[in-house]
Amino acid sequence: MGKRAAALVGYTEWAPQRKWDRPMFSMEACAALAAEALADAGIEKGEVDGLVVGGLQESPLFPTLALAEYLGIESSFNEVVDIGGATSAGMIWRAAAAIEVGVANTVLVLVPSTPAPMEGGADPRKMIMPPYLMGDAWGSPQGQFDIPYGLVAATSSFAMVATRYMAKYGVSPETLAKIAVHERDNALKNPKAVFRDKPISVEDVLKSPMVCDPIHLLEMVMPCFGGGAVVVTSAERAKRARHRPVFVSGYGECVTHKTVTYMKDMTMTPAKASADRAFRMAGADRKRIDLASFYDCFTITVLLTIEDAGFAAKGQGGRFVEEHDLRWSGDWPLNTHGGQLGMGQGGSAGGLSHVLDSMRQIQGRAGDVQLKKADLAYVTGVGGLMAANVGLVLEGA
Amino acid sequence: MRVEQPFSEDGRPIPRRTPTTAPYFDAAREGRLILQRCPRDGFFFYPRSRCPVCLGDDWKWEPVSGRGSIYSFTVDRAGLDPAQRAQLPLVIAAVELEEGPRMTTRIVGCKPEQVSVGLPVEVRFEDVGRETLIHFTPRPSR
Ligand SMILES: [Zn+2]
Repeated sequence: MGKRAAALVGYTEWAPQRKWDRPMFSMEACAALAAEALADAGIEKGEVDGLVVGGLQESPLFPTLALAEYLGIESSFNEVVDIGGATSAGMIWRAAAAIEVGVANTVLVLVPSTPAPMEGGADPRKMIMPPYLMGDAWGSPQGQFDIPYGLVAATSSFAMVATRYMAKYGVSPETLAKIAVHERDNALKNPKAVFRDKPISVEDVLKSPMVCDPIHLLEMVMPCFGGGAVVVTSAERAKRARHRPVFVSGYGECVTHKTVTYMKDMTMTPAKASADRAFRMAGADRKRIDLASFYDCFTITVLLTIEDAGFAAKGQGGRFVEEHDLRWSGDWPLNTHGGQLGMGQGGSAGGLSHVLDSMRQIQGRAGDVQLKKADLAYVTGVGGLMAANVGLVLEGA
Repeated sequence: MRVEQPFSEDGRPIPRRTPTTAPYFDAAREGRLILQRCPRDGFFFYPRSRCPVCLGDDWKWEPVSGRGSIYSFTVDRAGLDPAQRAQLPLVIAAVELEEGPRMTTRIVGCKPEQVSVGLPVEVRFEDVGRETLIHFTPRPSR
């Protein structure tokens, strides 16, 4: 029996879009996300006493202070989380932990990822990634030891992980491609997915352009704008919630490095430490999960998570993928929303999409992809260059 | 968007040294590879103010062999850094030195198809603008 102190009770999720039609500042997005998530939960704004964000574009200093003021909330728990793609999952357990220790009762987890309006008629709608992952400030090790050599982005970093894994354990490109193919099948049922129109085959993946060996274009996420929010509240308050409460029954987090070069072993990710802690805390057996919502910036990320989170022995992840049907209708459902590979990566809200996938399934709100049994799920977040890992065991009340 | 990275005249990003890391770049300019060595924990990379194992500050700069092997690599065919597109395809690698530490580098002087995990390599310095980059090239087997 894991933790039963805090539960996810309401959410909202904006469909990821390559081009965003309604530019808005982060705080404007937060206000809209908050209103929508609270309405979904059936909880009044006056009950909110905690705020968790990942940073605000137009108010980078003291962001939670600015947010409390903007939203008119007196907040006793104010947290800024920035662990890359693991941020959303990391926000969820921090909210749950705050509720468990009693510093807050109802926490808003807000993940805005919209372009700000621009003056002078410039078009703000196009997604521009920050150059060099913001590692170029004077004094940053990356600017001196990585960027001049071309290691500037996630793709080349994860590609080095994949190269090392292939050399050490051997996994076929076809097996990795299968992950993208099955996730795409799931995305076809998700009206909010960018890639909801057409299925892809293993051959399509392997014929798509090689971006960074051995990663093909169709094994990478499409960067988009987006946004999402979750209402986390106490078990007591959750009893009167509109939807089935989803307990955050176990969690773990592990950070070991930022740049992939300094991973102790490029084939062993921090997913092990976070999963071991999360499942121990939840008192749950990995074999009992009804679905896996794994962070999937690249196909190799999913393969390594399957191994390191303990679902397959080291080196056996490829065999696991070959032996299982990962579609929503399959024997081991993975990312029934299509993952970020199928849905598009709605900025930082891409990480939240995995939390929401499991949440929808457990609440019985997953529409066309609803599983017959969805009581226990494992969610992961991966941040930096295979560097930060968060695991969440979610369980229906 | 503000970028603090300095660039060479031909547009490539170059390191911006700090007071702590300057000796490393000075040595590279002279064609020598030096690393910090902690008396308890040995060599470490990248250069920093204290040993990443014990946080001691009694390290000393020492020359290393400049030999190592490719721990992993990728071939960037898309030009993830627009400033380095003129060099495509880029072989980006993590090289493990004989002395232990691993460094991010580029593999030069060979075709991408000749690069593999475990390949023995040796350092090759390349002056770019006012700084010197530390690249590696396949090492002829004796
Ligand atoms: Zn030391």
